[in-house]
Amino acid sequence: MTGPGGAPPAATRPAGPAAERERPAPTRYRRRLTDRDGALAWLFLAPAVVYILALVGVPFLLAVAFSFSDVTGGDPSFDWTGLQNFGRVFADPVFWRALRNTLVFTALSMVFIVLFGKVLANVLIADFRGRWLVRFLVLLPWTTPVALSTITWLWMLDSVFSPIDWVLRQVGLIQANMFYLGRPTLAMASVIAVHVWRLVPLAAVIMMAGLLSIPKDVQEQALVDGAGYWRRMVEITIPLTAPVIAISALFGAIFTFTDMTVVYVLTRGGPTNETQVLASWAFFRGIEGGDVGQGAAIALFLFPLLLAAAIAILRAVRRMEVS
Amino acid sequence: MAGTLVVTEADRRRYAWRHRAARATLYVIAVLSALFAAGPFVWAAITAFKQDSDLYRRRNNPFVFNETPTLDHLRLLFARTAFATFAWNTLWVGLLVVLITLVLALPAAYSLARLDRPWAGRMGIAIFFVYLVPPTLLFLSLSRLVVALGLQDSTWSLVVIYPTITVPVSVWLLLGFLKTIPKDIEEQAMVDGYSRVGAMVRVVVPLLLPGLVAVVVFAFTLTASEFIYALAFISPTSEKVISTGVPTELVRGDVFFWQSLQAAAVLVAVPIAVVFTLFLDRFVAGFTQGAVKG
Repeated sequence: MTGPGGAPPAATRPAGPAAERERPAPTRYRRRLTDRDGALAWLFLAPAVVYILALVGVPFLLAVAFSFSDVTGGDPSFDWTGLQNFGRVFADPVFWRALRNTLVFTALSMVFIVLFGKVLANVLIADFRGRWLVRFLVLLPWTTPVALSTITWLWMLDSVFSPIDWVLRQVGLIQANMFYLGRPTLAMASVIAVHVWRLVPLAAVIMMAGLLSIPKDVQEQALVDGAGYWRRMVEITIPLTAPVIAISALFGAIFTFTDMTVVYVLTRGGPTNETQVLASWAFFRGIEGGDVGQGAAIALFLFPLLLAAAIAILRAVRRMEVS
Repeated sequence: MAGTLVVTEADRRRYAWRHRAARATLYVIAVLSALFAAGPFVWAAITAFKQDSDLYRRRNNPFVFNETPTLDHLRLLFARTAFATFAWNTLWVGLLVVLITLVLALPAAYSLARLDRPWAGRMGIAIFFVYLVPPTLLFLSLSRLVVALGLQDSTWSLVVIYPTITVPVSVWLLLGFLKTIPKDIEEQAMVDGYSRVGAMVRVVVPLLLPGLVAVVVFAFTLTASEFIYALAFISPTSEKVISTGVPTELVRGDVFFWQSLQAAAVLVAVPIAVVFTLFLDRFVAGFTQGAVKG
């Protein structure tokens, strides 16, 4: 901890109470609370930890409890009902549809987010004229509140006035409109497109961080040795930034997986619940339908998969620290 | 090329050609990504100034103004909807949340980065994981909690709850920025007679300022984008924030006020993205440093 240069005298950092007792009584350093690292460490950390425990830890346990209860919006009294909520959830085909959609949306979005993010990261670190403008335009989808950016898509995919349809009509590819959000497959594709669009900048920024952390001399040495762009990319850049790529993939997956805003604004789960995901279905049941118990049971299904993703992120971070 | 010291004219020409091709590819990809990313916003911006008779005609070229542009819908947004109220609510909620976040996250990050407890590493990871617990998992029980606190249908509920989103990620970012400040500096300050807290406030915080600004921007953006809590906790118009107010209040039944909606989206999107662009390099520095253990 203490660096070789400018290390303070040992007296400022007693290892514990024992060291304190051994110290000669009158010292230059007054022993105040503001100097006791051990106590300060807890004191500094406590507010954040208490706050998080109270407003994340407790609600999480509460959510688990709700899923075994008959709490509703109108009747907040808590009665134990065992597995009844889960039984009703499993009996509902919409739940299975939502579960499948969640997995499909997440998997497909993740692939595209990583592919486009990788390309975009290389653009973001490059130096060129108009770089500021390109960076600004590219960041727009990520920094805009999701609900508002999804509204721009809602208008772009309008059933009558979609500009995409207009172009396709002019080119002669289609006669009638596409009704992007009215057909199950196209509506699903639209939801995935919006997720990819809004999360690619985030993935690119994370990968950009990885690219910048590659030591310059490694790249330069490879360049001197005559390695071309693709060879450097495949043999140096990608292996060295693999953990960062993994992290951006997992972030992309988690944010797609847990998001309900895109579905809520774009399709409201429609047509006829065909694009419903777990998060949105939990919201529709739990808040709009008022069935808190069932909503909680649905939302709980997010947890095991999130835990797996979190552990995977941790592994990737560990590997990055080693390299 | 390896081992050759003589660079021939042909080599030079081939190199120049390759360089030009690489630059061209870069520009093409940059322009394409910019178009793809900003496309919906460009379309939104054009829409915002269109007259109804121009907009709602299927045969009209949607990308040009077939009739004179109008400011009517922008006026409607400010005069006849609560857009200004939403914006004001988002602003003050965001500022208060940022303040609470700094008060909670800065000492916590300092404790984890500098006070050298054996559990610091594990605690840091635990706090980071909290960031991954999504609102979708918590909104049901939190909305009961908000009711219990008597804060339902009040913007204050967001002030209380939003730090759950911003604190963990801010601790993570601040950890990264703290690692870039050499420990020697504050140790010297303590030798010079400052207490631990004195050294932190007078020496470390000023050096941390660029990182703090980045955290402020990031935390503010997170609160401005949040949707689920705001939707679940609040229903009166006057208490709504931008992200829920615009999609719920500017759509009346089946009637969409398209031009005003698009104007709202662009008006919110542009300033946030400008600020973010200014701080992009700083965020990237924070992310890398936070991930690499010091």
